[in-house]
Amino acid sequence: MGKIFFYVVLAVVMVSGLLFAPEHAGLAIHPMDQFVVSSMFGDHVGMFSITNATVWLALAVLSTFALLVLGSSRRAIVPGRAQSVAELTYGFIYKMVEDVAGKDAVKFFPYIMTLFIFILMSNSLALIPMSFSPTSHIAVTAILAALVFITVTVVGFVKNGVGFLGLFWVSSAPLPLRPILAIIEVISYFVRPVSHSIRLAGNIMAGHAVLKVFAGFAGALGLFSFFPIFAITAVYALEVLVAFIQAYVFTILTCVYLKDALHPSH
Amino acid sequence: MEGDLAHIGAGLAAIGSGAAAIGVGNVAGNFLAGALRNPSAAASQTATLFIGIAFAEALGIFSFLVALLLMFAV
Amino acid sequence: MASKTTETAHGAAEAAHGGGSAMPQLDFSTFSNQIFWLVVTLVVIYLILSRVALPRIAAVLAERQGTITNDLAAAEDLKAKAVEAEKAYNKALADARAEAQRIAAETRAEIQAGLDEAIAKADAEIAEKTAESEKAIAEIKAGALESVAVVAKDTAAEIVTALGGKADADGVAAAVTEQMKG
Repeated sequence: MGKIFFYVVLAVVMVSGLLFAPEHAGLAIHPMDQFVVSSMFGDHVGMFSITNATVWLALAVLSTFALLVLGSSRRAIVPGRAQSVAELTYGFIYKMVEDVAGKDAVKFFPYIMTLFIFILMSNSLALIPMSFSPTSHIAVTAILAALVFITVTVVGFVKNGVGFLGLFWVSSAPLPLRPILAIIEVISYFVRPVSHSIRLAGNIMAGHAVLKVFAGFAGALGLFSFFPIFAITAVYALEVLVAFIQAYVFTILTCVYLKDALHPSH
Repeated sequence: MEGDLAHIGAGLAAIGSGAAAIGVGNVAGNFLAGALRNPSAAASQTATLFIGIAFAEALGIFSFLVALLLMFAV
Repeated sequence: MASKTTETAHGAAEAAHGGGSAMPQLDFSTFSNQIFWLVVTLVVIYLILSRVALPRIAAVLAERQGTITNDLAAAEDLKAKAVEAEKAYNKALADARAEAQRIAAETRAEIQAGLDEAIAKADAEIAEKTAESEKAIAEIKAGALESVAVVAKDTAAEIVTALGGKADADGVAAAVTEQMKG
């Protein structure tokens, strides 16, 4: 009896969905609109104008401040919630730096922590609807990756001198192969910042574009929009995961590169 | 007409995302197989797992980027 | 602003905006702005972290570690004290037991000594009394033997007389003495 009732309701929903679908149900999906940088005051985007990117970067700074400074301001021996999160983040990154990059990389810990907390905060804030995601922009991630690349290269040469070039000379390989491997190593070394930046930007951009596409479907399908809304829910959950994982991956790759700079021997 | 070809190219480039999916699945599957053989060593290798996944995924993101460029920038 | 957004999204804006890309990420006119604010953001976050947040969290963690270590040390100390106290208690218990045993042994020895003395005294008394009695008995016996000899002599003399003989007192006495020896 209940089954029949269920099917009747389903049929009514489907028919009404067909009948009352919006007349103008064209697919008006503009998934890239959310990434537009626009000035908050006036029309012109100059170097110093306050844009939506600026606002969300500032929010990232504020949430960092709230979590790490206000959260730990009580200095409790038995930590509260915010302080626990702050301490967990600290311990997580500290252990990562120590384990992956080595004990002597600990002096780079504030730098790596800055990268991690910035990427994590802007990724997470970007998941708020109608927000702007700075990390989806190649310009931003390219600067982050370039900073890492320059730091690593400079540290490598300062620490090891010319010996840093040994990173490209695979001494464990047979001699005739080594020049070829050296070329490959050099190329892969210079591709690092590219993949480093595009991985982050691409992941965030792709996730948000997918969300937008499903949202467009929801707008076009009328009563059937609950299917895309379910999909949005699922993708959103995935994006929460991705927001953290990309910050983690960016940070751990930084540690790996730093390890190469500090200990270039293969 | 040119735009149409670009859209077809974008669709072809999107195949790369599927290839990256295969790659990521390979990494995760092999990790799981290894972890089930030696569970005590699994916890210490999760960082390696994520690095591997990141490398595999980056190339898929490249193809996605090519698709986007074909869709919107060409 | 809204119209600008729409235009940028569609490729149509390219001519109007002087070659601006439809992909906002490739709109180079916004790069300087983004990079400037990104660098500002990173510097601010770095300063917040390296000046305030990280030293504070490190101090809190170190303090907690110190507290935990101290508490563990204190617990270890207390445990050692407890072990010591137990040892002392056991020692006191053993001492008390030994003392009790000693006292019991002493008392027993005392009692034994008293007892022995009393027994010895009693024995001596008994021996004395026995000696006295024996003496008395010996006296009585001697007396009795003497009386027997007198009675025997008298009796013998009487018998001899009755039989018609003449009783020689010395002969009777010698005969009786002879008979009593045998």
